[in-house]
Order: sequence, then C-alpha cells, then structure tokens
Amino acid sequence: MPTIHIDGTAHSVPEGVNLLHAALQLGYDLPYFCWHPALGSVGACRQCAVRQYRDEKDEKGQIAMACMVPAVDGTRCSIADAEATEFRASVIEWLMTNHPHDCPVCDEGGECHLQDMTVMTGHCSRRHRFPKRTFRNQFLGPFINHEMNRCIQCYRCTRFYNDYAGGTDFGAFGAHNHVYFGRSTDGVLENEFSGNLIEVCPTGVFTDKTLKRHYTRKWDLESAPSVCAHCSLGCNTFAGARYGAVRRILNRYHSAINGYFLCDRGRFAYEHANRPDRPRQPLVRDKDGTMRPAVAAVALKAASDALAAAKGVVAVGSPRASLEGNYALRTLAGNGRYSPGMAAAEAAAAALLVEILRDGPLPAASLHDLEQADAVLVLGEDPADTAPRMALALRQAARQQPLESVDKLGIPRWYDRAARDIIQGATGPLHTAWTQATRLDDISRPFRGAPADIARLGFAVAHHLGGDTPPVAGIDDALDARAKEIAESLRAARRPAVVTGTSLHSRPVLLAAAAVARALLQANGENARLGAVFGEANTVGATLLGGPPPEELLESLDAGKADTLVVLENDLTRRVAPALLQRALEAARCVIALDCAATPVVERADIVLPAASFADAAGTLVNHEGRAQRFFPALPHTDDLRESWRWLAALTDATWDSLDDILLALAKDFPHLAPAAEAAPGEDFRLNGRKAPRSSRRYSGRTSQLADRSLHEPRPPDDPDSPLAFSMEGAAPTCGSTANSGEKNVPSPAGVQKHLPSSLVSHYQTPGWNSVQSLTRFQEEIAGLCRGGDPGALLFAAPGGNGALAGSPPRPFNPGAGPGLLTVPAHDVFTSDELAALSPPVAERAAPPVCRLHPEDAAAHGIADDTDARIEIDGASAVLRARLDPSLARGLIALPVPVPGLPPRADDTYATVRPAP
Amino acid sequence: MNRRPLTALIHPGEPPPDLKAYEAAGGYAAVRAALRDLQPADVIDRVKQAGLRGRGGAGFQTAMKWSFVPQGDDAPRRKYLVCNADEMEPGTFKDRYLMEGNPHQLIEGMILAAYAIGAEVAYIFLRDEYPLCAKRLRAAVAEARAAGHLGKDIHGSGFHLDIHLHISAGRYICGEETALLNALEGKRAVPRAKPPFPPVAGLWGKPTIVNNVETLCFVPHILRHGADWFRGLGKGSDGGTKLYGASGRVRRPGIWELPMGTTMREIIEDRAGGMLDGYRLRGVIPGGASTDFLVPEEHMDLPMDFESVQKAGSRLGTGTMILLDDKTCTVGMLRNLQLFFSRESCGWCTPCRDGIPWIEKTLAAIEAGDGREEDIDLLHTHTRLLGPGRTFCAFAPGAMAPLQSALRYFEDDFRRHITEQRCPYTNGR
Repeated sequence: MPTIHIDGTAHSVPEGVNLLHAALQLGYDLPYFCWHPALGSVGACRQCAVRQYRDEKDEKGQIAMACMVPAVDGTRCSIADAEATEFRASVIEWLMTNHPHDCPVCDEGGECHLQDMTVMTGHCSRRHRFPKRTFRNQFLGPFINHEMNRCIQCYRCTRFYNDYAGGTDFGAFGAHNHVYFGRSTDGVLENEFSGNLIEVCPTGVFTDKTLKRHYTRKWDLESAPSVCAHCSLGCNTFAGARYGAVRRILNRYHSAINGYFLCDRGRFAYEHANRPDRPRQPLVRDKDGTMRPAVAAVALKAASDALAAAKGVVAVGSPRASLEGNYALRTLAGNGRYSPGMAAAEAAAAALLVEILRDGPLPAASLHDLEQADAVLVLGEDPADTAPRMALALRQAARQQPLESVDKLGIPRWYDRAARDIIQGATGPLHTAWTQATRLDDISRPFRGAPADIARLGFAVAHHLGGDTPPVAGIDDALDARAKEIAESLRAARRPAVVTGTSLHSRPVLLAAAAVARALLQANGENARLGAVFGEANTVGATLLGGPPPEELLESLDAGKADTLVVLENDLTRRVAPALLQRALEAARCVIALDCAATPVVERADIVLPAASFADAAGTLVNHEGRAQRFFPALPHTDDLRESWRWLAALTDATWDSLDDILLALAKDFPHLAPAAEAAPGEDFRLNGRKAPRSSRRYSGRTSQLADRSLHEPRPPDDPDSPLAFSMEGAAPTCGSTANSGEKNVPSPAGVQKHLPSSLVSHYQTPGWNSVQSLTRFQEEIAGLCRGGDPGALLFAAPGGNGALAGSPPRPFNPGAGPGLLTVPAHDVFTSDELAALSPPVAERAAPPVCRLHPEDAAAHGIADDTDARIEIDGASAVLRARLDPSLARGLIALPVPVPGLPPRADDTYATVRPAP
Repeated sequence: MNRRPLTALIHPGEPPPDLKAYEAAGGYAAVRAALRDLQPADVIDRVKQAGLRGRGGAGFQTAMKWSFVPQGDDAPRRKYLVCNADEMEPGTFKDRYLMEGNPHQLIEGMILAAYAIGAEVAYIFLRDEYPLCAKRLRAAVAEARAAGHLGKDIHGSGFHLDIHLHISAGRYICGEETALLNALEGKRAVPRAKPPFPPVAGLWGKPTIVNNVETLCFVPHILRHGADWFRGLGKGSDGGTKLYGASGRVRRPGIWELPMGTTMREIIEDRAGGMLDGYRLRGVIPGGASTDFLVPEEHMDLPMDFESVQKAGSRLGTGTMILLDDKTCTVGMLRNLQLFFSRESCGWCTPCRDGIPWIEKTLAAIEAGDGREEDIDLLHTHTRLLGPGRTFCAFAPGAMAPLQSALRYFEDDFRRHITEQRCPYTNGR
C-alpha cells in the first residue's frame, strides 16, 4: 500500500485512489463538491485545494486540487497550509456571490453539504456587495423540485443524469456565471433514476417534491434502516417518518447492491403507506353483512372463531410479504395448505431459477458484480423495467472494456473527465435478448425474438462457449452467427456474466441461461457470474418456503374441500384467472385478509387485519441473489396495526413475542433459511450498553410535539423487535472525531465498540457532516464495505454443483402455429409493482396501458395504430389501446403487467385480438 | 529571397490569389515534392530543424507537438488535424488577414501537416464572425480538391486527405484547443482534462493535432526554402517572421509581417507611425487580452519574441498589441477587458466563473465612483487566487495578467478613482 504524508503524518492508503479520496477515508475534513465516489473527479469546484510538495526537500510546494492528485507512494501535501485554507474559504465566498442564502426556508437546510462545507472552510462574512443573478425554475414532474438560484455549478447533476444514468433530457445550458442545469423546456424528467439528483446535488437545487408536500425538517425525522420492497433487488434504504407518516426514502449504501443510487420506483413508492384508503383499523363483517370497525381483540376473536369453525383452511401468502409473515401463515395453515402466492407459471419459473442459483454452476451476481462485468448477456429478461437498479449497473458494465483504453494511457479511472473524453461513447459487449425494444438498447446489441428463440440463442451461445452443450438442431445461420459472436465476447472477458429472469415464465429460457452459466464456468472459471431477476421483493424467500400455487388452493375452496381462506398481503386479482377467483371467493364461507393496501381481496374479506407496511414493521426479505435482509420500522406499530406475523401469531399456538422468536422458529423448521436470523443483530444487541437511536441528535420539539394533548412527555414507544430506539438517545452511529483534530488516533478503551453494525445505522450524520456525504465515515473504505461489513446474510453458499439442470433447446417459435398471438410481458418500470402503483407520484409516471404488436400482425388482425383492440384470453377479455411496434417479433403480443380482467399469463398463453368497436 | 513569405501574395482590398495564381507563385510545389520524396517523419524533421514555434500564443515547438502523435501499427489508425482559426483574442486579426488574403497557403500547410502526422481528415475551426474567410476558404478547398491536392490518393502518393470547414458557434474559450475539440464534437465548449493531451487522445478520443493558422501557413515555406532560410528570417533565437499588429491611438493601426524579434519601438514608431498627436503611450498589452502590460519606460527596445517578452514579465501571445494612452482610463480599460473575460468564462470552475464577474463589478464600481479602499486589496487577492494551478485551465490566469500588471504599473489610477470617488479621466473629455 502506498504511503502518503498529510501535514507531516504518514498514512498507508489504498492503491489507485486520489488524494481527496485518501484524505476523506483517513478521516480528514477536506471539503469538496464536484467529486463523488461513484462519479469520480472532474476538477470543477476547486474546493479541495491542498498544498502539494514534490518531495521532502520541497518546502514551497504548490496549490493543487486533491481530487486531481493520485495518492501514489511518497505523495506529500498539507491541508492545514495557510494559503490552501485561504483558497478553500475563497471558493465558498465565490460560490456565495450568487447563492441566495435562503437556508431558513430551504428544503435542504440541516442536511446541506454546502452548509457543512461553508462551516468547514470558515467563510462567514460576505464582502460581495453586488446584485446576484437569478434564474427561472422549471417544472420537472412529480418527483423533483427545482430551485436553480441555489446552484453552485458543481456539475454533479448532469454528470449523474446524463453520463452515469444515460439520461438525454437534461443538461447544462449557458455559460460563465449563468450556467443552468435543467431541461430545454419544462417537463417531467424522463430518466427513471432522476430521484438521485436529490442526493447528488450538494445543496437545495433538486429536492424531493414528495417530501415537500408533507415537509418536515430533516433533523426531525425518525429514520430506520429499511429495504426497498418494490422489486427483487433489495436495495437498502432509509425510511424517514414523523407524526405517523412516512416522509421520504433515502439511499442507504450497500456495497454489493445499490451503492450510492436508487431508482425512482424505489424512492417514491413509499407514498402507498400514506394512502388514506389504507386499512388501519380491523374490520369485521357483522350479521347484516356490513363491514364494521373493530378493536384488535374483537377482530382476533372473530378470526379465531372463524378458523375454529372452519371446515378446512387454506392460506395464500405473498412474494411481497416478509419471510416472517409467510412463515407464520404457513404455520397457521399447515403444510400443503399454504401457497407462497405466485401464480403457477411464475412459481414454477421462480423455483427453477432458485434451483439454478442454489445448486447451479455459478455464484449469483450482485449488482456490484454486474457493474464490474466486462461482458454481459441478458437472456430473456428486461431489467430496465423489472429491476431498474440492475439496468443502471449494466450501464456501467458497458464501460468496462472501453475503460481499459484509459488504463493504457496511464490515466486513472477515477479521473472521470479524462476517461470520458478518451472513451467517448464507446461501449463494451452488452448483449440483450428480449422480445422487444428495451431502454438498454442504446448501449447494447439487442436480439429480438420470441421466448423460444431467445432460449435457442442461449443454448447456441452455450454450445459455442465449448463444453458439453450440443449444437442447436436446425438453427438458422444468422442466429448461430449471433450466438457465436456473443460466445466469443463472453469467452474473451475477464469477468463475464449472464443475466436472466422469471418475467417470461419460460423454462427453456432459464435452462438456456443455466447452460450458458455452466459453459462460462468451464470457459472463464471462477470470475463468471449468473445474475437473476425475480418478480418481487421476497419472491426468493417465498419460493424457499414452498407450497402449491394459489390456483390449487382456490380450486379446493370451489370444490368444497375447504371453506376458509386467509390471504396475506396479496391482491389475488393479479395472480389468478378472474373466473376461478370469483368462484372461490363465492364458495368461501370466510375470507380473512391481512394487508397494508386496500386491494380487491381486502374489499371482499369478512375479516380485515390491517398489516403494518415496510414503514411500521420489522421483517426479512430475500433478494434476487439470495441475500436475506432485515428492514426495520420507522414508525411504531400500534395495537390495531400490526405486523402480519404478529396478527397470525395470535391466531396460532405459537409463542412468538418478538421477531427474534419467530426467526428462531423459522430457522428450526427451515434450516436452509437459518441465516435469515443473522441478517441483522437481534433485539438484545447493545452498543456499549445502548440502543441505536432512530432520531438525529438535533431532533427538536420532543417535549412539545404532543403538548396540545398533554404536558407530560410520553415514554418513547417500545420496539420489541429491534435494538433501535424511538428516541434521539442511544449509541452514536460512528465515532465522530476527525483526523484534522488529532482525535482519530486516540485508542478506544478496551472493550468499547466504536461503530454500530451497518444494519442498524438509521441515518448518516457525523459532527461537521450533516448531509448524506457523511457516508464516507460509515465505510471501511470509500465505495467499499460498510463499517463492520455490509448488512444482510447470503442464503446460498458458494455453488459447486455442476447442475443436473440440463435442458434442451425448444423448437423455434412458429408465428402462425398458435391459437392467436403469443402473449409476452411488457413491464412498466414504475407501476408493474403492485404497491408502487398505489403511490400517487409514481402512478403519475405510469406508462399508458397499451398492447403492442408487430405492424404486420396488426394489419392481419385489422388493427390500426392507436386504436382500441379487444384482447381475449381463456374467455376473459379486456380492451387496450394498440401500438404498432416493429421491434416486436412476429406472432407476439406484448401486454402490460397486469391487465385487469385478464388471467395472468403463462409461457404458453395465447390471445386473440380484434378491433374493439 | 522573400523576407515576407506569409504575406507576399496578400494584397488587401483585392481578391486572394486563386489556385492558378498561387501555383504560379510556387504554391503546392511543397506538397508535390513532399508527397513524392519525403516520409512523414522527414516532414516533421524539417519543421523541427527550422524550430517553428506555434503562433497561436503559447509558442510550443510545432514539430515536437507533431511527434507526440502515436504512430505505427499499435496506434489508432484514425488521426485528425485541426486548424484553430477561432481567432477571438481582442485586438487580434492576423489569422483573418492570412485566410482572407491567401487561403491556399493555409490549405497547403494543412496538407503537409496532415501528411506529417498521418491524418486523413482535417478541420478548419473558424470563427463565426469571419464570413469572408469562410467564403474564400470554401472556394479554395474546392479548387484544391478539383486539382487533386485534396481527396483520395493525392498525386498518386496513396495519401488521402479531406478538409472540412467548421464554423464555430463562437466562444473565446474555443481558442483553447481542448475546448475547441469539445465544440467540434458538438459538446459544451469546456476545456478538457490534460493529460491526456490531444496528440494522444483528442477529437473523438483519437490522436489530434491542433495548430494555429499562422503556424500552418509557415509549413509550405519551410519545406520549400529549408530550415536555414527560416531561421535566418528571425532576429533572435526564434526563426521566421511574425505577424505583428498594433491597435489603439496610433497613427497607422495595422498588421505587418516582420522578422521575429523586431523591437516594440520599431513596431510602434516605424510601422504604426507612433502615437497620435496629443496622446502619450502609457502601456502595451503585447499579444491579446490575456497578456501582462509592458510599459514604454522599460520595454520600448524589447525584442518581441517568445523568450524576451517572457523575461520582461509578459507573453508574446498573438503578437498583436493593444496600446493604452494617457487619455484613456486604465480602470475603464481593465473593466472592459474583465467584462469580456467574465462573459467568456466557460463556467466550469468556480474561481473563474464567479471570481471574474466579481472583479468586473468591482472595477465598474470603482470606475463609477463607488470604489472602496478595500477594493484594491480584493483585486490584488483575486490576481493571486486566480493564478496558475488554481483554476482548471489557463483562462483565468490569463484574465488576471493585464489586471495584475495594471495594479503594478498604474495603481495610482485605481487609488485616485477611490479617493476622488469619480473617474479622473471623464473631466478631460
């Protein structure tokens, strides 16, 4: 490791970083704006000035920007140098010549990097006596508020939005001190990662519009470590709440998953938990058939009576509910009478993909693995719409090979400005195989085909990679050439990856991906990875619990073999054919629904038990790579609003009083799920005798919040499920001293732990650093592991199985052979997730529900572009606007997920289409 | 032999020599000879022996710049030559003079330079305010292409070259070669990180040489007449001639091709005819807005070449001087310059973007009689804080050059504005 000298102190620093990175990691307070750990250095703000010396004899040195200086062995600099200090204060003074000084009314106030840096440099009194420039702000859609006058022109926004996330409707305009960051005209920001501007912006130019609608000062939030429940990736988040409502979501760093960024679905879906129609009070159907509010005890009595009187109970769980909720339900209903809640086709695909991950040839790819991959084949999945954060990772993967040309010129990769000028728009091998155009097409070589042809492509790639996969019989030359080209780019790569997913519900596609994975293991060895995309946040967890598909249980209701249905956090209209659902619900004597959303099932239920949402429950979700992750409540649960498993515990004989109890039981019944208990410390964890606080040290109004009702300060609510306190008191999240002050090297007394485990950190704040930029103090290494390791526990051990999952290529798709057009899914990045669609700002971004078909198929069915088409599947029908889409293969029809009124699609669902009158 | 090689064929007010006239005067002979007899490395070698230094302002050795272009099988095949014709330096119009007066000379120079570095595509990045240059260059490129000096397999040599004329959207920073490359690519005209330098990774990430118009115009002459001849043209250590200019209250403002190293006195007194009656010379900005003042008391006999001017504390720059007289307010002139710089700052880095407007407003306040005692300190501090190494590129240090030297030579002017709370020059008008 190189040794560098800062103000005369020698430090070992990591290889290949810049001086700013090194200084921050060592705990120095060195202010900066334009540098970002994921965006690199560009040298725009000039805030991180230090005096750099050539060698030990050089006493004069020169002013240099730390972010531009490689921290190579022997680097010498002074942060304390008088001229460097003066220069840093001057940079703030310059920035302040146009900054409006509106901190008291600014949404960013208290969490503002510009405030922190201003204080850090010591600049306080303004000499500039001239008018400031002013800008007109833009309407940017439901997520982002724009206030350009605050801008300090660090260029981070455009570097993230355009360079990193591939956005095209945003940029820097104008010149000199009139540089404007926005769109060419007012309008919704199109890119689905726009919400990151809130955190990337060091001041209040881009702020959270959803927070603004129910604003609270950021130091007044009670925050908890949470896990995004809106796709299968499990990005880590902070949920911030006050006065009983969730106020915002922030990114919570996880080095293997989301890193520094979230997608907009994950950031803004939280509003579903604030909906006025959300069940918050138990309801019980009275003798007249009217649903009436009931207190918890009454509702539980009714439920327990119903269960006792039942002639057979069946229970449908949910891939969006926690492991604990599903396990409790399974315990209630018993083996064979519990379903994980996915429709049969999806459940089969999920089970197969879990098997491939657990027993297959390659380790599951984390998002970090995919970001680093230098050749990727995405086979039969559309991550841009089903797992958005993965698409952002793949966008970085596409740069890996071009970045090698940067290495060759001796330019460090962190020098983003130079690297991008060298690479220009070049992309490395990213191959996508999907049924239609995707939002990765601008950086990938897309293949378009029916699922069967995608599978054939995969098998052909596996064959060309070598190994034991036989050639695909009857393959046409073009497809084979394409497969060969893909195979060659994968073989030539150092860190190749194949990504697949369950969206198509296609067994051949998944087996083809497994075949590619097996061939990659033989061709590339241990650096190859297999990326997986599942349907929902806990699809993997629910699949690991196992059970029949819901159709089977509903049939048993219809057949009179059972008469009571318990539904856990599942809108069955999305899963089951409408006719079957209707028959089953009519046949059921009693339906008990537990949910945090007012679904059609809740509306039909006889007993409704309001389930705590992600915001008021603790629980565990298993993500796409088999990582069990704990989320904690930002709000206390109440007697009438409980975690699903807590309601269910009261209905079983189980003696689960806390999350730890149920996890213990789960581990016993399902040993392969035992690591889930280790996803975070148990309730009894204490840091030096103290719990972890949810509130910041500057939390205000504690004694006056409820003063309109009582002058006595209430006792903080208990949390029996976690070592997090609903309080500002507790263990400091991390040691707050800085290296500049000399405190860093003071050893801790023996036995004193310095840092909270990362899974319990509820917000980022350290002395002097009040914004999310304080994250550097919570990492072992910048952009590396969280202090003490990343949260969560992997369920799948390193695979060694050679996979008995050999499949064979299906026959090519024959567009004319089926009974109509073969349905394929067209997910919508914002609203295909059930709960996200219930969040009003997210719903505003919903794509119009259209069906897409090839122009020639449309013509054959008499359908014109932008006219209504009637889609019929198994006797059910729906009317959708038709869009002609030449990117779609012949013989297919792409449908939104889900289409109300239509049965869920399987891999062989055909639809008939005709013009709607 | 001709002592004014660059301007011999230029007759202001008349159309430029067409291809026939240019060839009759020996034009394109260098191209024919070089493509027939010389390897690219020989061309570089001859320019190296001549010691040609870039005429855009920095005076970098042209042949050395060319030699940085990676050659051989491992090097990128695509390479570019870009002619920097974005002449936006205040008081400077030498490139315009060359392009309007003899466009074929530039084209011939570009063919030779492109051959030397192995570029098959070349661009002329032309300032938007030069429509006559654009018209004449277009016509000349067409003529040259029709005559086989451009296009595929030029004169049977196997060397291809196309020249494209790109009209700039217009910003001063485009004179900075990497900002120019960004602008040429259709991006914001913001300087790039260096390294990598353009000869290694320039236009679209490929090896690129950016040369000034005047520099390229010398190349045919060096190849035709040799390095010794070229060296013999200059008076000092730098060879060749230089287009010098003078503007301000002189009798004959204009532009002249003179031996490199001609003294300031000769340019001002002999060529420009000295100051107008009733005006006294107070200071000279020798080569565009971003060079330090020289003063007649110390520098009249200074040879105007790269080294001598640098030793005197300024830079030769473009060699087109602006003269300050005793009836013009120094603060007003500086304010005018800083207004230009504050508008032309690209907005990339903080000190330049926000510091220069503050300076400009402060100078405007001083000029308007609202100056404060502490303003002098503020100006001094800025000249230091906007110095080299503190900003992303050389723009702000350049902007500080006239200010810091004005504060040194003419501080009294600033102080009088502040103590008298008015501009002392306005009374005299």
